[in-house]
Amino acid sequence: MKKTRIIVAKPGLDGHDRGAKIVAMALRDAGMEVIYTGLRQSPSDIVNTALQEDADVIGLSILSGAHMRICDRLLELMNEKGIADKPVVVGGIIPHDDVEILKKKGIAEVFGPGTSLKQLEQRIKELAEKK
Amino acid sequence: MFDQKKLQKIREELHIWCKEQVNKTLEKHPERQQAFKTSCGEELERLYTPLSIEETDYLEDLGFPGDYPFTRGVQPTMYRGRLWTMRQYAGFGTAQESNERYKYLLKQGQTGLSVAFDLPTQIGYDSDHEMSDGEVGRVGVAISSLEDMEVLFEGIPLEKVSTSMTINSTAAVLLAMYIAVAEKQGVSPDKLKGTIQNDILKEYIARGTYIFPPQPSMRIITDIFEYCSKELPYFNTISVSGYHIREAGADAVQEVAFTLADGIEYVKAAIDAGLDPNVFGRRISFFFSAHNNFFEEVAKFRAARRLWARIMKQRFGASDKRALTMRFHTQTAGSTLTAQQPQNNIVRVAYQALAAVLGGTQSLHTNSYDEALGLPTEESVRVALRTQQIIAHESGAPDTVDPLGGSYLVENLTNRIEHQAVSYIDKIDKIGGMIKAIEEGFVQREILDTAYRTQKEIEDNGRTVVGVNKFTSEHAEVPEDILKLDESTEKRQRQNLERLRKKRNNSSVSRSIERISEAARSGESLMPPIIEAVKNYATLGEITEALKEVFGEYTESVII
Repeated sequence: MKKTRIIVAKPGLDGHDRGAKIVAMALRDAGMEVIYTGLRQSPSDIVNTALQEDADVIGLSILSGAHMRICDRLLELMNEKGIADKPVVVGGIIPHDDVEILKKKGIAEVFGPGTSLKQLEQRIKELAEKK
Repeated sequence: MFDQKKLQKIREELHIWCKEQVNKTLEKHPERQQAFKTSCGEELERLYTPLSIEETDYLEDLGFPGDYPFTRGVQPTMYRGRLWTMRQYAGFGTAQESNERYKYLLKQGQTGLSVAFDLPTQIGYDSDHEMSDGEVGRVGVAISSLEDMEVLFEGIPLEKVSTSMTINSTAAVLLAMYIAVAEKQGVSPDKLKGTIQNDILKEYIARGTYIFPPQPSMRIITDIFEYCSKELPYFNTISVSGYHIREAGADAVQEVAFTLADGIEYVKAAIDAGLDPNVFGRRISFFFSAHNNFFEEVAKFRAARRLWARIMKQRFGASDKRALTMRFHTQTAGSTLTAQQPQNNIVRVAYQALAAVLGGTQSLHTNSYDEALGLPTEESVRVALRTQQIIAHESGAPDTVDPLGGSYLVENLTNRIEHQAVSYIDKIDKIGGMIKAIEEGFVQREILDTAYRTQKEIEDNGRTVVGVNKFTSEHAEVPEDILKLDESTEKRQRQNLERLRKKRNNSSVSRSIERISEAARSGESLMPPIIEAVKNYATLGEITEALKEVFGEYTESVII
C-alpha cells in the first residue's frame, strides 16, 4: 500500500512550532511520509509544496488567530490549481465558533488542544483513504 | 553543614527505618507508582534528610539573601520590603484598544505594564504589508509608527510606570519610539524604567520572530546595550528568556542551561563591544516559566540565581554585587493550560505563581484560565491578577525570605539542577558557544526530543493531565465568553498608515533611512539614526527593510 503523504505547514508569521513538530514526528513514526515546511509559509508556498510533493493531506498549525484569512486564501488557491479535492486539516488554538465556520468553508477537520496523537493519526488516515 | 558524627548516626537510623518501617508498609501497601520523577526524569527519593545535602556548605552555597551567591534571594528583605511587580502581559488590536486595557489594569492595582506586540510588529512588517495579512492586532498590539506608540501610552505617565516590552528583532525601533514618546511627555530618557526583551538567540531556538542572521542581530543588540548604558541607565536592555524555551518543550534543567548559555553569549558580545561587565551586568534581566512540578520549580529559580552569580564572577570576573545578581520575571506556563475544563486552569496558575514567589521572582505574570481557547477576556484577566494579589496579601508566603530554604528536598533539587545545567553548558562550550550550537541545531533537537517524550508520556497515561486524560467530563464544555477582535482593526491600521505616509515630511524620512543604511554598513551605532528616523515618522517596516538590505535575512534550518 502506498504511504500517506502529508504536509505539515506553519502558515503566516506564527512561531509556535512545538505542536507542528510533534505532530510531524508522530505521523512519521506512524509510517506516513511527512513534509514539514518550517515557519512563515504563505498560502501560495503551501499550495506549491502540495503540488510538488503530491501530498494526500495538507495540515496547518495556527496559534496566532490568523486562521480565517489563511484558510480562505489557501482554499481559494487550491481551487485555482485544481487540487481542491485534497483534504486540509487545521490544528492549534481555534475558537469554538470558528471551527464550524472553517468546516463549512471546506476544512476537513480541526484538531483542538488535547487531541491525542492516536486520534490524529487515525483521522488523517481516514481522510487520505477517502480522497 | 552537618556534623559528620551526627550524619553517620542519621545514616544508620535511616537504614533501620527503611528495613523495619518502610519495607513492612510496602509489603502491605505498595506505592502508587514504581518510581516518582521530576520533569527532567530524575528519580525522586521517598524521603530527603540531611544526608541528601551533606555536601552543601551553608555560607558558600546558600549564604544570606542579598549576598553572593544569592541562592536565597537578591535582596536582604525580599517581599517584606516590597512585593514583586504584578505585570500582566497584554496588548491586542489597535493602540487605542490596548491603551484602554492598560489603564484598566493599572486601575485594578497592577504595578507595571507589559506590552504584547502583534506578529507583524515583532517581525518588522507594517500593518499594510502583504505578509501582515490576517495578523494585524491578533497576538498583540499593532505598532507601525511613532503615531501608534503615542496613542498606546496616551495618558500613562512614563516617569511613573515601568514598561516591559516583548520585542526582539525589532527592539531597537520600538525602544526608539518609546524614548520619543517619553520626550514628548517631557520625560528624559534617564528617568525611564522598564525592560526590552531583546533576546534574539531564543528566537532562533524557540519563538520564531527572527529577521536577520545571528551575527548582525548580535551587533544590533550590542548597539542597544551601548546606547542604553549611557542614556537609559535604569532600563533593562535585555531579558534573557527561558520561558519560550520551556514552552517549546524543554525541561527545567534545559530551561536553566540554555537560558544561561544565551546569557553567557550576550555578556561575551558586550565585553567584545568594550562594555564593562560590572556596569553592563546590572542591566541584564531574565525571564523564566513557572511550570507544574512545584518543588522542582522553586529549586530551579534558586539554582539559576546561584549559577548565574557564579558565572558572572568566575567566568567574567565581575565583582559588582548588582552585576552578579540575577533578577527575573516569571510567567506561569501557558503550555500547561487545558482547553478542557478551563476553570481548572485557575488552580494550576495559582500554584505555579506560588512557586515563582517562593523562588524569589521580581515580577510575575499569571495566565488567564481561558488562554487555551483564545484571547483572555477582562473577567479572566482580573481573576489572574487577583490570584497574585491573594498570594501577596492572604497566603503569608511573602512574609519570610526564602521560606523553603533548608528544605532537604528543595536544597537537593537546587544542587542537582545546578550541576546538570553546568554539564549542559560545558557541552555547549565544547561545541563553540551558543550561536554555533543553535546553527548546528543542537539546542533545538534537545528540546524537541524532550517535548516529544513528554507528549508520549501523557498519551500513554504515564502523566496525568486532569480533565484531559483523567477525570474527564462527558459533555464538552464550551465557554460562553471569548474575546472577539474587531475585524475592522486591520483596515483602520491600513488607512492610518496611508494618511501618515501622505502627511509626514517624506524627504526627511528618506534622508534618515539613508543614515540608517550608512550606519549599518559602517558599523557605527544604529541607535541614534533609528531614533531620528522614528521621530520623522519613518515606519517600522521602512527601517527594517533598510537593515535587511545590508544584513540579509535568516533562514531556519528545519529540524524534526
